[in-house]
Amino acid sequence: MRYIENFKKYLPLLQELVSRDLKTKYRRSALGFLWTVLNPLGMMLVLTVVFSTVFQQSIDNFPVYLMCGQLIFNFYNESSSMAMNSIVDNAALIKKVYLPKYLFPMSRVCSALVNVLTSFIALLIVILITQTPITWTIFLVVFPIFYTLLFSLGAGMILSVMTVSFRDIKHLYGVITTAWMYLTPIFYPMSMLPAKLASIVQKNPLTIFVDMMRMVVLYNKVPPVIMHAKCWLVCGVVVVIGFVMFKKKQDTFILKL
Amino acid sequence: MSENVIEVNDVSMEFRLYKEKVDSLKEYAIKRLKHELEYDNFWALKNVSFEVKKGEAVGLVGRNGSGKSTMLKVIAGVLKPTLGSVRIAGSIAPMIELGAGFDFDLTARENIFLNGAILGYPREMLEENVENIIKFAELEKFIDVPVKNFSSGMVTRLGFSIATVYQPDILIVDEILSVGDFKFQNKCEERIQEMLEKGTTLLLVSHSTEQVRRVCDKAVLLYNGNMLLNGNVDEVCNLYTTL
Repeated sequence: MRYIENFKKYLPLLQELVSRDLKTKYRRSALGFLWTVLNPLGMMLVLTVVFSTVFQQSIDNFPVYLMCGQLIFNFYNESSSMAMNSIVDNAALIKKVYLPKYLFPMSRVCSALVNVLTSFIALLIVILITQTPITWTIFLVVFPIFYTLLFSLGAGMILSVMTVSFRDIKHLYGVITTAWMYLTPIFYPMSMLPAKLASIVQKNPLTIFVDMMRMVVLYNKVPPVIMHAKCWLVCGVVVVIGFVMFKKKQDTFILKL
Repeated sequence: MSENVIEVNDVSMEFRLYKEKVDSLKEYAIKRLKHELEYDNFWALKNVSFEVKKGEAVGLVGRNGSGKSTMLKVIAGVLKPTLGSVRIAGSIAPMIELGAGFDFDLTARENIFLNGAILGYPREMLEENVENIIKFAELEKFIDVPVKNFSSGMVTRLGFSIATVYQPDILIVDEILSVGDFKFQNKCEERIQEMLEKGTTLLLVSHSTEQVRRVCDKAVLLYNGNMLLNGNVDEVCNLYTTL
């Protein structure tokens, strides 16, 4: 109860931190916030031109297939990387004012969520242009996005705690996410993977989120319960580890910043 | 009216001064293996206890490195004491460094809301008071200018103005009154006096004994982390000047 009350008290700050992230990110660019739509469109165009010749036979509607994967992966990548640096970036503040420190990774994940929602507009534009048939199942996108949000929050908290002690994590994580991207079926179909590699890709939590995303957007299907259960399990474990680690270590942050 | 709003019970604060700050994984592993993770213990505060009653203005004096800022940070909840405890009743407005929460890419107006939220002030209250804040800081012409273009005096003025727009139960002021020009310093002191009259409790760190005598009625003297004296402001300041 005490935690909820405290969280409520700092809710306005969470809003301010998110709006700061959004304002400063696109400040001084002529197109401003429009970039959150233009950026995924541009990336999609480039990747479609590059990869559609390679995978043309095996994937129908490559642009939408690609964008579904990209949306989820970019969301995870952006939010976890930003959350990772959140404590170190806000060192000046943490040293001077008492604040619940989990607000910093949380605000970064929330800003990434806002970006995802605008990227979703880009996806809708592509769906319209390619005349992809959609049904009511598209409203179920809230599930894969929500699971990715939880997973990113947990991972971001773990990463931010580690980064405070060891700044190496920052550099290492860039390499890890690149490997992670290739191990997520974003621009290739699962069927083309050799069995050994496929079993690794299957174990990647982001694969489930991406699959679920495509299921509701591209294939107009309702994700089965077992899939939701898997997501809850993965997200639950990561979030619990994240919060426990964070709570245990947060008082030592100030000594290491 | 005489309840304690700040109770500092036997607080000690230990810092570990690592010979070299280890913050890379490789270094940590190597040093750990070689048992080279050496550090000196440094007690920034040793068994400090004092109380502040509601409405009092207490000065914290001492030489550089005597533990004043550490004490303030412990009271503000930024640092957790190694031993002992601090009990606070009421809301705190910490002014340990003015403008610590500013984002220099945002404008003055946007920073009012950001910094206000950091201090825990409600948004409606800030909206009502934007004009007052700007007026007090004398920044009417610069309200929509990014803070990175401000002079350090302007940043301080804005910070002070935001922090004091609200009547907190406890006001913590660290050394900040020494910045800004003479006229603004007077304005700040006036505002602090006003708050005191309305029942705010003040904790002030200053090197100027003159200022402490003027604003405070009690004082605490710290020396190398130990509390030497806690009592009447004149007594404490007299002892401090003979140190």
